[in-house]
Amino acid sequence: MTKTMNDLKIDGGAKTPHLYSNASAGTMEMKGKSIPENAVEFYRPVFEWLDAYIHNPVPETNITVQLEYFNTSSSKCLLDIFRTLETLHASGKSKVSIHWLYEEEDEDMMEAGDDYQTIVKIPFVIEKVA
Amino acid sequence: MVKQMLNIHELFNKMEEEQIILSFKGDITQDLLTSVFEIMETKLVKENEDVKIKKKFNHVLIECLQNVYHHMEDLEEVRVLNLPDVSPNAIFIIRKFGNMHYEIITGNHILSTKVEGLKSRIEKINGLNAEELKSYYLEMLSSTEFSEKGGAGLGMIDMARKSGHKLGYSFDRVNDKLSFFSLVVEIS
Repeated sequence: MTKTMNDLKIDGGAKTPHLYSNASAGTMEMKGKSIPENAVEFYRPVFEWLDAYIHNPVPETNITVQLEYFNTSSSKCLLDIFRTLETLHASGKSKVSIHWLYEEEDEDMMEAGDDYQTIVKIPFVIEKVA
Repeated sequence: MVKQMLNIHELFNKMEEEQIILSFKGDITQDLLTSVFEIMETKLVKENEDVKIKKKFNHVLIECLQNVYHHMEDLEEVRVLNLPDVSPNAIFIIRKFGNMHYEIITGNHILSTKVEGLKSRIEKINGLNAEELKSYYLEMLSSTEFSEKGGAGLGMIDMARKSGHKLGYSFDRVNDKLSFFSLVVEIS
């Protein structure tokens, strides 16, 4: 039985990021603000998508995170996403890398990327948006 | 007894005197917070506030107000169960002292049984320097269990970390079961 994986596309809102993932390309992009009161609810479809993806990944998985703000409720969800990807990376089924982008003068966002880099064992590229 | 008319002019003057630029007292809803975040973001852009202060302010504002929101959510559960007289309202105030100096104050009811725990958590946070706050944040982020509500105690650590100032707080006794919790976070 072959099952085609759906791509995920969530348009950004006042408190939620634009989110796009493509299973055949092995990419996931997150951009905007992530400040919902209940982040777990917002990220549920992302976790569902990831759980399906890690069973049938492409050899390289590239995650791009470009957030303007994220709240502590979202910080937990981001870590859970990265932890899932860390498991995938460690399994050797796909090489995962995370591109963490921050805007000029946003040192806090740069540091947030560094925070995750110290917790999760996946290659991080922390870069200023050109 | 004759009902005293509220002197709105006096209240206005008092708020001017206290350098309050925005205040709200009432039911804290998600929609309200969305509006407040947008209003403040636009205001800071319009006032040409320094980019770093602006970022810091917005970040801390989000944490402070969502902290109240989650407190009220917790209280709502108990209110329905056994404390029907608990007010569903909370308050927040934003003060601006000249350029690049803000204060965010929040106030809400909490169960008195939670006072000691909350107090010791704030005291612990206030006893840490920037480096220790970072380690504490990372420790809490990576070790605590998933919470449906908020960030499992990360909020206040984050406020302190981002603001770079000690958290100001007070607890007032309301009755046997209830206390009023005020939190002050400075941004400069």
